[in-house]
Amino acid sequence: MLKVLRERMNQGYRTMSWPAGAPPEMPDRYRGLPAIDATRCPDGCRECVDVCPTDAIERAPSSMKLDLGKCLFCTDCIDACPEGAIEFSSEFRMAFDKRASLVLDGKAVEMAQALDEKARRMFGRSLQLRQVSAGGCNACEADINVLGTIGFDLGRFGIHMVASPRHADGLVITGPVTENMRLALEKTYAATPAPKFVIAVGACAISGGPFRDHPEQNNGADSVLPVDLYIPGCPPHPMTILDGLLRMLGRVEERV
Amino acid sequence: MPSPDDLLRTSNCQPVALADVPLLDRDGFAAWLSGELDGNSSGLSALFGVPQSAHSVRLYAVTNHPRTAELRFMATDVGESYVAFTPEIPRAHWFEREIAEQWGIVPEGHPWLKPIRSHHAYVKGRDAWGRSSEDAILPSVQPPGTDYFKVTGDEIHEVAVGPVHAGVIEPGHFRFQCHGENVFSLEIELGFQHRGIERALLGGPDKRSLHHMETLAGDTTIGHSTAYSQLLEGLAGIEAPLRAQSIRCVALELERLANHTGDLGALAMDVGFLPTSSFCGRLRGDWLNASALICGNRFGRSLARPGGSRWDIDEGKAEELVARTNAAFEDVTGAVELLWNTPSVRSRFDGCGEIPRTLAEELGLVGMAARACGIGRDARRDFPFGIYRFSQVPTAIWHTGDVFARAYVRWLEIDRSVPFVLEQLQSLPRGEIRRDVGSLQPDALAVSITEGWRGEICHVAITDSDGRFAHYKVVDPSFHNWIGLAMALRNQGISDFPVNNKSFNLSYCGHDL
Repeated sequence: MLKVLRERMNQGYRTMSWPAGAPPEMPDRYRGLPAIDATRCPDGCRECVDVCPTDAIERAPSSMKLDLGKCLFCTDCIDACPEGAIEFSSEFRMAFDKRASLVLDGKAVEMAQALDEKARRMFGRSLQLRQVSAGGCNACEADINVLGTIGFDLGRFGIHMVASPRHADGLVITGPVTENMRLALEKTYAATPAPKFVIAVGACAISGGPFRDHPEQNNGADSVLPVDLYIPGCPPHPMTILDGLLRMLGRVEERV
Repeated sequence: MPSPDDLLRTSNCQPVALADVPLLDRDGFAAWLSGELDGNSSGLSALFGVPQSAHSVRLYAVTNHPRTAELRFMATDVGESYVAFTPEIPRAHWFEREIAEQWGIVPEGHPWLKPIRSHHAYVKGRDAWGRSSEDAILPSVQPPGTDYFKVTGDEIHEVAVGPVHAGVIEPGHFRFQCHGENVFSLEIELGFQHRGIERALLGGPDKRSLHHMETLAGDTTIGHSTAYSQLLEGLAGIEAPLRAQSIRCVALELERLANHTGDLGALAMDVGFLPTSSFCGRLRGDWLNASALICGNRFGRSLARPGGSRWDIDEGKAEELVARTNAAFEDVTGAVELLWNTPSVRSRFDGCGEIPRTLAEELGLVGMAARACGIGRDARRDFPFGIYRFSQVPTAIWHTGDVFARAYVRWLEIDRSVPFVLEQLQSLPRGEIRRDVGSLQPDALAVSITEGWRGEICHVAITDSDGRFAHYKVVDPSFHNWIGLAMALRNQGISDFPVNNKSFNLSYCGHDL
């Protein structure tokens, strides 16, 4: 017992103060919210468009569009761009409540709004979530799981991962929704009592990710269920996921 | 029976001409395979089919030989059915199920012929179980998937878990036959994560190939992307710069350190020992953040590239990584020592889920699960790749084959990875970090063996006359080891399932592809 206590003293208190205090610093090579400076794009240049593994970039007549829901946050477009027009910032806050808002086109970024007053009263201090991995590669799952560890401590917000959809207020879905998981996902959603939410975490759950258009999967959760919150990334940083959940509950207000 | 001179042999990542692979008849192939695997330390890295014509499939076998660091190949052509190898060579069992499922061929006499991923055969109109190509094939819903091993009797009850199961974890289905708390048999059904990766790789490499490698088993990003990168380098006849090889191996060890630390915490959680569980939960994040320091992503995405590494580690970063490694290791030591010294933990771990060494050898288990049974297989030593050719990590072995052994081997590996990482960071070879790959050797076969954190990763590529992928096979260590978990549960209490499952911590998506 004494050894345990001594080790606890040694390990120290580790829970971050955010959102009350500052968030932890992202590493300098972290790739957060991206932006394409379309003024730098040479006429007819399609380097980034062609090299993107998920075709997330589109060249429109007067702007460049980047679909965060397809983006893997890899480095292929940065490496392909001859003009350095693409930059991934250190901004980790990237949660959206409409699929269309994930398509960045140089205009203002419209992040997720909080739930309405009634929902916030019901779930603001107690949100029970059932995770369903529908073909996820385990990275999104792992960085959702990590929110339960002491650094992030999801429980302090009244948010818990629950063992059964019967206990849940919502589903957190990862993976592109493989054909082999579609029925299980549908049944899990049906078994969750209303009112309920669906949160899609990661590129796969939003658009199929690297597996987009493979016949073995369904290009993401909203092919099967109505999605209330989209959190992009491959995988999204745990801070991005946490910010998304708190944003939905109205516990972080700051606009980006 | 082919003589040793007839065997086609090569080393890790070195291609051979596809036409040179010896082609035997079924019995000669079986006799050779038996001989290769019998009684010594050889392993079966891959056994897979490549369609040759409308009516025949060529089966390729890749065996690995630690004593000589060789890989050897043999092939045989089969039609719609053939006499199964599994009765003589048990470790072929899962491979033969995959061949049956992918090509609609029946291995006659296979003791447990069931699908493994639940998808239609890649040959239209053919199915090893006579199912129609018009109907959907789904796991756990219709035969033969639902023909689980059954024990009958009034006192028997059957427990089904998954695909959606209690934790935040990938889906699988576990069917237990129980007598009270005692498990007579566990059967594991997978396939829920099947995304069709191997098919998507054909005709590549293309702009998605590398991203498929990074996400086929997302917690083994470095393991699989390194295996892929090395394979392409071998096929292109180039070597990645030494500095890049060192960086890739540092990343591979950081991946190992993160997962082992997380697993030890999870094992603690499953026996209700919260101190270690809580400390390791945080510490795993520290290792992931170290990976993110190198490449911006906690899982090592974008780091390993064919030709080298996309990211360099300059002196400042190296110093920072050394400091973080030392700090994390000190804290992991403190957290994990509690496990070995707490009787209530030991009483749950010791003797639980024991696999005898002979069974582990017969089934062809790889990686940590094998090393925990006293079997010293480790590709970093046996088929040295990258910087491991010059810098060795001692192999961690324990002999009791139980949950304790699988936990302790993780601790030993953490203890041995750390000095390796520190040594590399403090002596990175000078020079560039990336080289152009160029075109791949046409009409070739190459195999890349890597030691991912779970065990042996095997990638096999066959190129066509344009040097594009005519075939690509991925064998994740989990492909070999899921049967180990099923066997470990026999005659165990069902409440020990979670801790046993964690002690293996196998990949569902790495198996399902």
